[in-house]
Amino acid sequence: MSIDIYAEEIVAHYEHPHNKGKLEGADAQFHDFNPLCGDDLTIYLKISDGKIVDAHFEGVGCAISVGSASMLTDLLKGKSVKELEKMGVADVVEMLGIEPGPARLKCATLALKTAQKALFVYMKKDSSSVSKEL
Amino acid sequence: MFDVEKIRRDFPILGKKMNGKSLVYLDSAATSQKPRKVINAISRYYRNYNANTHSGVYKIAEEATEDYIRSKKKVAKFIGASEWEEIIYTRNTTESINLVARTWAEQNIQKGDHILITEMEHHSNVVPWIMLAKRKGAVLDYIKLGDDKASLDEAGVDEQLAKRPKLVSITHCSNVLGTIVDVKAIAEKAHKFGAKVLVDGAQSVPHMGVDVKNLDCDFFVFSGHKMLAPMGIGVLYAKRELLEEMPPFLGGGDMIRTVLQQDFTLNDIPWKFEAGTQHIDGGIALGVAVDYLKKIGMENVREHEKALTLYTLERLSKITGVEVFGLPSQDIDRRGGVVAFDITGVHPHDVATIFDQEGVAIRAGHHCAMPLVVDILKKPALSRMSFYIYNNESDIDKVIEAIAIVKKKFKISDTLKP
Repeated sequence: MSIDIYAEEIVAHYEHPHNKGKLEGADAQFHDFNPLCGDDLTIYLKISDGKIVDAHFEGVGCAISVGSASMLTDLLKGKSVKELEKMGVADVVEMLGIEPGPARLKCATLALKTAQKALFVYMKKDSSSVSKEL
Repeated sequence: MFDVEKIRRDFPILGKKMNGKSLVYLDSAATSQKPRKVINAISRYYRNYNANTHSGVYKIAEEATEDYIRSKKKVAKFIGASEWEEIIYTRNTTESINLVARTWAEQNIQKGDHILITEMEHHSNVVPWIMLAKRKGAVLDYIKLGDDKASLDEAGVDEQLAKRPKLVSITHCSNVLGTIVDVKAIAEKAHKFGAKVLVDGAQSVPHMGVDVKNLDCDFFVFSGHKMLAPMGIGVLYAKRELLEEMPPFLGGGDMIRTVLQQDFTLNDIPWKFEAGTQHIDGGIALGVAVDYLKKIGMENVREHEKALTLYTLERLSKITGVEVFGLPSQDIDRRGGVVAFDITGVHPHDVATIFDQEGVAIRAGHHCAMPLVVDILKKPALSRMSFYIYNNESDIDKVIEAIAIVKKKFKISDTLKP
């Protein structure tokens, strides 16, 4: 784990985010907002045969939330919906390569939380059934 | 003689480290640090004369009651109130405002009446009035910010007062912009229109001399914890005649004189508004905090913060990519020790996190002033540093260094302004 939260990789993703912009024909999407930071995020997923074939995001926020959304949308491509369903804080920490600390954990997990909510809506489950740890 | 280095030695926390770096505390608008005298007063109370006030007939209960009342006398004198009975202790500014909303306003504001606040209020001076307006069907109006996005639009004041609000509730000093509002002038006008005036002094009393008689406000509220005292002790000052007429707030012990099965009679002020066991140690420690500030002299506190603010504005003006909010240096007489800023392209939470790694504590967020920060300044969040008696120029130098680190991490070129 890197000690510096603002490791090159997160800042690079923040400044040049991957998969940014609306995904036309998305099967699942969810918009979430964190009033504390003003982070505003929409996640789009294309799903086929139980697999995520494409993932995009739109929104504004801090480097940690945007960097996390950029990295997560990369990571999700090719994963099964089951795998997304099971992901938790540990997966986000591993993906980012940093321990964001309690004050910034919400920023780091916003993308995953939103992606899972999108998936739950798609699966006609209650979006609030997302894991409480996120 | 104001000696900041001597003052710093009175604050044990300033010798601590944060993330391995010497703590640079620049969030006094959120809460101030506490001098040894205040910390010791709390310890002394619990070690020597902890007892419930008013009811005890034994010696230490008398001592606790005497000290608690003595602290009210100190606070009354400190803010220029004529009687200590006009000082009600609450938990904080928020509770003081809610007390007024639930008592005086509940009785005096009816359907269709107007309540006037400003666009630079803290949520504590917004939400209780939204709640009251919804409850009563009253109308909540705002005095707008002028084009400078830093001070109130003066023409707007007259326009809003013409609606004859029952209450004008205004901040004395903005916790985001640092702007000091001429509440005396507004109170004078408001009274001509028959309004009562509440002044939120949470950001003024700790930092400048305040005289409620001179301001001629009807209610004045502030928190102890922003002026060196512990958390959980706050003040509501109101003119005696208002306090006498107001219905009680919470019911219980101490606020009554007699209780029958189906009725009760009220105690005298201030006890009428202090139901149940109070924050006695907090009140006593607030008195000690007042003594400490008086010894320094509030005019010296103000001058020190002015000088620090000018130094900060000067240093920040030399850096590109940093937007500073509030009034410019030439208006320093109308500006308190609060500097909100934004590093272009970097979210304030990222700024605050990087500052934290450097041992520098600043605030990032909407500062409990969403109508101002989000709607008027059009920012999802802002970074803010705020000063007090224990800050020095070296603290500001650390800020400048931390900004350079932020810019380096986010690869923002660090050219000097011509």
